[in-house]
Amino acid sequence: MVKRLVVGAHYGLRDWLAQRITALIMALYSIVIGVVLITGVPVSYAVWKDFFAQGWVRIATLIFAASLAWHAWVGARDILMDYIKHDGLRLALEVVTVLLLATYLGWAIEILWR
Amino acid sequence: MKLSIYRYDPDKDARPYMQDYEVKLEPSDRMLLDALVKAKAQDDTLAFRRSCREGVCGSDAFNINGKNQLACITKLADLPEHVSVRPLPGLPVIRDLIVDMTQFFKQYHSIKPYVINNDPPPERERLQSPEEREELNGLYECILCACCSTACPSFWWNPDKFVGPAGLLQAYRFLADSRDQAASERLDNLEDPYRLFRCHTIMNCVDVCPKGLNPTKAINNIKEMLVKRAV
Repeated sequence: MVKRLVVGAHYGLRDWLAQRITALIMALYSIVIGVVLITGVPVSYAVWKDFFAQGWVRIATLIFAASLAWHAWVGARDILMDYIKHDGLRLALEVVTVLLLATYLGWAIEILWR
Repeated sequence: MKLSIYRYDPDKDARPYMQDYEVKLEPSDRMLLDALVKAKAQDDTLAFRRSCREGVCGSDAFNINGKNQLACITKLADLPEHVSVRPLPGLPVIRDLIVDMTQFFKQYHSIKPYVINNDPPPERERLQSPEEREELNGLYECILCACCSTACPSFWWNPDKFVGPAGLLQAYRFLADSRDQAASERLDNLEDPYRLFRCHTIMNCVDVCPKGLNPTKAINNIKEMLVKRAV
């Protein structure tokens, strides 16, 4: 069988843009949490628990976790596209990556609203 | 000076090897190409491409002490006593320092490297304002020597799918041309996870370009045009 090379999937811009935007969101969240941790010393279990009991902290952390998952998905898929030549293996690894990241995200939600 | 040169003749050699040459330099020898020509005078089985010997034709791009450069504009004074010369990485070797550039030029042709304009041609020429012409500076100077694309890991891994820095610089050269009318088709052609988005901005291309061009910037300009079109 002659293997024909096909390109022209017409996507990629959204992922590239999303990776940049999610990076900004994560940077912003990291700064806010960093400031809170520095100003809120000493950090005890009670302080930590009260802090994460607040609605805005939970929502912000959820957005952070979702950004991280999306960002990691684009990055991990880039690595797979770069190095894995076998199409079937690449698809399988991409599915594993999605499942893994979805699990982490679900786990994060479970922890936040425990 | 001592030259270690990559030798490989697929018809005779089981595998490539490095061969050393001791070259006696004259005061008139200024560039590495002069030393290579001297080495070839010692051993005429040594094969490499060269033509204009002044950095315009792009024939004598080699991997010189680990960095892709043009031998004809690489000053001997800037090189150490011992220099190793290898073919451009990532492309199939035809013989010694000569590589098969088919894949590189296929990618170049895929971006339609010519002005597309369907208006009837004017009597003399399609004019540009000085500002419009200015846009092409830093783009049109590319001599297609392939130093950049063969320094790019994304091009090493996917040379059949990723256009590569040289091709993308040229793609932007026509996107930036005020006389070209096919910007939308060009962007359609490039909006692809492999053709454009294999670039991860590591900037090896900028590091090696013997003409001092910036393919990474051109690639970012293409991405910016795609964003402007999409949002």
